[in-house]
Amino acid sequence: MIFKRGTSQRRLTLVATFLRWEWLLILLFAAAFIVNALLSPYFLDTRNLFDMTFIFMEKSIIALPMAFIIISGNIDLSVASTLAMSAVLMATRFQAGWNIWLAVLFGLAVGALGGLLNGMMVAKMRLPSLVVTLGTYALYRGIAFVVLGDRAVTGFPSQFLHLGQGYVGDTPVPVPLVIFAVLAILFVLLLHRSTFGRFVYAMGNNEEACRYSGVAVDRIKILLFTLSGLMSALAAIFLTARFNSTRPNIAAGFELEVITAVLLGGVSIFGGEGTMPGVVLALFLIGLVSRGMRLKNIAGEIQTIVIGSLLILAILLPQLLRRLTPRVRA
Amino acid sequence: MSDYILELQEISKSFPGVQALDGVDFNLRAGEVHALVGENGAGKSTLIKVVSGVHQPDAGEIQFQGRSVTFANPLIAQQHGIAAIYQEPTLFPDLDVAENIFMGRQPLQPVTRRINRRQMYEEAGKLLRSLGMNLDPHTRVRGLSFADQQMVEIAKALSVNAQVLIMDEPTSALTLREVANLFRIARQLRDAGTAIAFISHRLEEAFELADRITVLRDGHYIGTRAVHDVTLDEVIHMMVGRTLDNMFPKQEVEQGEVMLRVDGLTKEGLFYDVSFELHRGEILGLAGLVGAGRTEVARAIFGVEPADRGIIWLNGHEAHIRSPKDALALGIAYLPENRQQHGLVLPMNITQNVTLPILREFARLGWVDRVAEQRAAQSFAERLDVRAAGLWQKVRELSGGNQQKVVLAKWLAARPQILILDEPTRGIDVGTKAAVHQLMSTLVAQGFAILMISSELPEILGMSDRIVVMYEGRVTGRFTRAEATQEKIIAAATASAPIAENTEIQCL
Amino acid sequence: MASSTDQTSRRSLFSLVAGVRETGIFAFIVLLIAIVSLRSPYFLTVENFRDILLDTAVLIIVAIGQTMVILTRSIDLSVASGLALSGMVVGMTVSSHWGLPPLVALLMGIGIGIALGGFNGLLVTKGHVPPIIATLGTLSIYRGLTFVVSGGAWVDAAEMPDSFKWLARDTTLWVPNLVLFAAIVAIVFYYFLNHTRTGREIYAVGSNPDAARVAGIPVDRIVFLVYVLSGVLFGMAGVLWVSRYASAQSDSAMGFELQTVAAAVIGGVNIFGGSGTIPGVLLGSLLLGIIINALNLVRISPFWKLAVQGLIILLAVVSDVLISRRLQRALTLRRAG
Repeated sequence: MIFKRGTSQRRLTLVATFLRWEWLLILLFAAAFIVNALLSPYFLDTRNLFDMTFIFMEKSIIALPMAFIIISGNIDLSVASTLAMSAVLMATRFQAGWNIWLAVLFGLAVGALGGLLNGMMVAKMRLPSLVVTLGTYALYRGIAFVVLGDRAVTGFPSQFLHLGQGYVGDTPVPVPLVIFAVLAILFVLLLHRSTFGRFVYAMGNNEEACRYSGVAVDRIKILLFTLSGLMSALAAIFLTARFNSTRPNIAAGFELEVITAVLLGGVSIFGGEGTMPGVVLALFLIGLVSRGMRLKNIAGEIQTIVIGSLLILAILLPQLLRRLTPRVRA
Repeated sequence: MSDYILELQEISKSFPGVQALDGVDFNLRAGEVHALVGENGAGKSTLIKVVSGVHQPDAGEIQFQGRSVTFANPLIAQQHGIAAIYQEPTLFPDLDVAENIFMGRQPLQPVTRRINRRQMYEEAGKLLRSLGMNLDPHTRVRGLSFADQQMVEIAKALSVNAQVLIMDEPTSALTLREVANLFRIARQLRDAGTAIAFISHRLEEAFELADRITVLRDGHYIGTRAVHDVTLDEVIHMMVGRTLDNMFPKQEVEQGEVMLRVDGLTKEGLFYDVSFELHRGEILGLAGLVGAGRTEVARAIFGVEPADRGIIWLNGHEAHIRSPKDALALGIAYLPENRQQHGLVLPMNITQNVTLPILREFARLGWVDRVAEQRAAQSFAERLDVRAAGLWQKVRELSGGNQQKVVLAKWLAARPQILILDEPTRGIDVGTKAAVHQLMSTLVAQGFAILMISSELPEILGMSDRIVVMYEGRVTGRFTRAEATQEKIIAAATASAPIAENTEIQCL
Repeated sequence: MASSTDQTSRRSLFSLVAGVRETGIFAFIVLLIAIVSLRSPYFLTVENFRDILLDTAVLIIVAIGQTMVILTRSIDLSVASGLALSGMVVGMTVSSHWGLPPLVALLMGIGIGIALGGFNGLLVTKGHVPPIIATLGTLSIYRGLTFVVSGGAWVDAAEMPDSFKWLARDTTLWVPNLVLFAAIVAIVFYYFLNHTRTGREIYAVGSNPDAARVAGIPVDRIVFLVYVLSGVLFGMAGVLWVSRYASAQSDSAMGFELQTVAAAVIGGVNIFGGSGTIPGVLLGSLLLGIIINALNLVRISPFWKLAVQGLIILLAVVSDVLISRRLQRALTLRRAG
């Protein structure tokens, strides 16, 4: 039959297209690694390498569901605000005398609810996700301000702080890194090997056809946004634990960095394309580059410029690539 | 000196992987209507786009009024007085009719270069009235019927004094009355000296309206005939290269028990009190004009937009269908009218498309077994003779006919009992049409039941065991295969039949 | 099928809804004024209204630019950062060149705005970067540049010549200049959008970009133009902002882009492009300005500002969609009939 040659050719196509962007990322990562090593003698110390990861674990956790959301053809601008809202609400419960873990659960629930609201408006009311999350970006951050004003909450118990600052046992491996690793693996499997992941890709390409094929499009969207809210709340836990403090204006600008990382990872803003390994690679790449900039005492504001430029380049470069190399059909 | 206003000679055009046109000739006289026919992929659309300046030919010459020209872009073609009306509306829905007609060419005040609104609306009104329309030029385009939008496009063409008017499948979304109106205007324009070229899949229309007819096949020019010098069969022969024996291969199949029954289905504004029964082994034809509400009924049964009231019975049990997922679980499959938009995920490959509705079957705890999936897709693709380089090929690269086969494969794989086919052979070439009809016959012989929505009377008459006719959301006629005639169906479809007709059939 | 009476009623149905939107906002404003003045008598004073107008004037100027961008199915999230950057550069220039005429300073701001807006336009049209991404990126880049250019330092009132400070605050015929600028901008762009071919082409591009291309409209050029115009307006607004508050800060107007989108959305500008009016944006900006002013007066903590804005955007968009859905349904009913 005509399909005899199919399987092996399919694998070839997979290899050819699947990994092209990711190879670039790996190269960049290696380059950044080398540059950093040259810049500072302490860089290659194991402890140092692990410690570096603390600072971008929160963003990485948020990036995982964000990748799903963008692949499905939507966007969530409210992640940082949801983070702030959950953090503040959790902290005030704790301050009011609640058991810390109960407060944590409360915070997670708040985040999930925030995401749920986004999901309902996008799915049930068919509103564009850009506008909805622009609104909740303001609303949730606003709620954080209303609750806590310009105060801060500190003085969290050590068990809690261990989550954000501690290591696993006697190893130099940070707790947040481990949790992220577990989550990352789960998300990779979810996206690339599960029915859910296949549906998300299909939705990002043609939502109508999915509906007609019996895919529960609305339910999936609601799930995605709720998951995003939940992960933002989880990130709130780690951020608060890391600083032993929380205030309404934490995580300002996180949404930008997270979206940058996802797009840099090869996910197309138009939906339907991208891989999770690529996103993880991009996260570590940005983490590395930020670290290098910090070492050179480059001001935070300049780092903002760099991130903004990275975001734009993340779109421009693939376009250029597409124009220079004709589509390879195996 | 030729008496052709437009002459295309030896036009060739290729796209990556396909030679769309190969040495095609085509010419137009002023004051004639010239039909362009051919199967899908014959090159008609490409040829028309060469004339309108969207595509530039790789080889060949274009002569306009005797002089050699090059249409490097649509604007230049427009400047020569060539106006094109495509299947997709090129209107601005948020703006009103007059603005649409004059966009970019609004009349200006002499000194200030300010738009002269009064003049614009006046002229728009004049143009519309010359087409016999009462439309207020202030009306916003969004919300206008297809027919009205088409009229606005024609008014647009008139406003630039188009000498050549090109229409691509102008009647596909029109009711009978609107088609008659369109033809009247076309003849009016022709008599005034405009040259009109139009593409149509409906050969009867070509014969009714055109003066000459040109046939293309596989990108080649087959021939041009005057309409009164040629028969329908001869044209089909030219299009297909062989005589088509049986377009409607209908077998006699024993009708079994009632599989689907709808009772009093109603959805505000769309359809009212629709009831019918579907038996095993039966093809039930749902006839009517575009806009009669048939697709809406189908979508209600399939759960895309459930009805407000009414009951659906499946194999004797009441069914609550709130989503396509419910419908699928109950064994109902729906092939939508617009297969590209609603039936396929174009950037995905054949396997992924075929298994989309049944993906859960290949997954344990959510983990997809790719090998099993591919095996299933392969078997169904082979059954339907899908022509592709491999299962891994992206569906968007397939031809229209093959894409339809993939959609069919997808739904067969879902093992439904009931198939709802919405315009199953629209936009498909004659050869594949017959194959699809054969497949339908085979399926009902195997125990399926098919609800076929079609606007093509020959298809309804040729394939249905029983026919239900709708008009403006209501059932206006029921006929068995034996008693159905073209006239009776048209009468019911336009509600000009006396109600007495409908009482003939009991308990449907 | 469709009779002439259907056509006219269809037309009036649409203009009815469009009119309803604007009269609705107007009625809401009146109602709000009534309620608030009961709570706080200061609200109805001339000084307070002048404050409202002054606060809203800058929003109006920038929101008009944002509106034109949204009309073409794009968005400009960089307006606030661009405003800050332009204001900072001009502020710094003025503080070291006291002799600079204020109007030249204004032109300078506009020039900077053209460059910044033009960069946005290039990214979107030539770089094919989607508008959200492009302007999300320039949002940070321009903000970062503001810090870099100023070295983190602020320019305060003492470093500015009076002539500059009065640019915004001085009155001509009892109306503050700033308000006059806003009025002129509104009138000029109202004329541009409604009475010139290019203005109408902006609507066409947003309503159906494919049809616009087929009609020969230079879509890329129009999109580039609206970004440049947005730049002109936020560049101008930057200078006026610094003049009015007599201070150029590196974090000026943080989050202001949100207000411009809110003002547009409330004013009935369709986020998908193709429809929206200047009067609508004016009313939307006014409503927003009044609400914020009212919040301050009623002694609600300023921390509510953000939450309220977010809520308003959501309410506006939700009600918009619900209304248009009902409209669609009504139209389908007519079509079937």
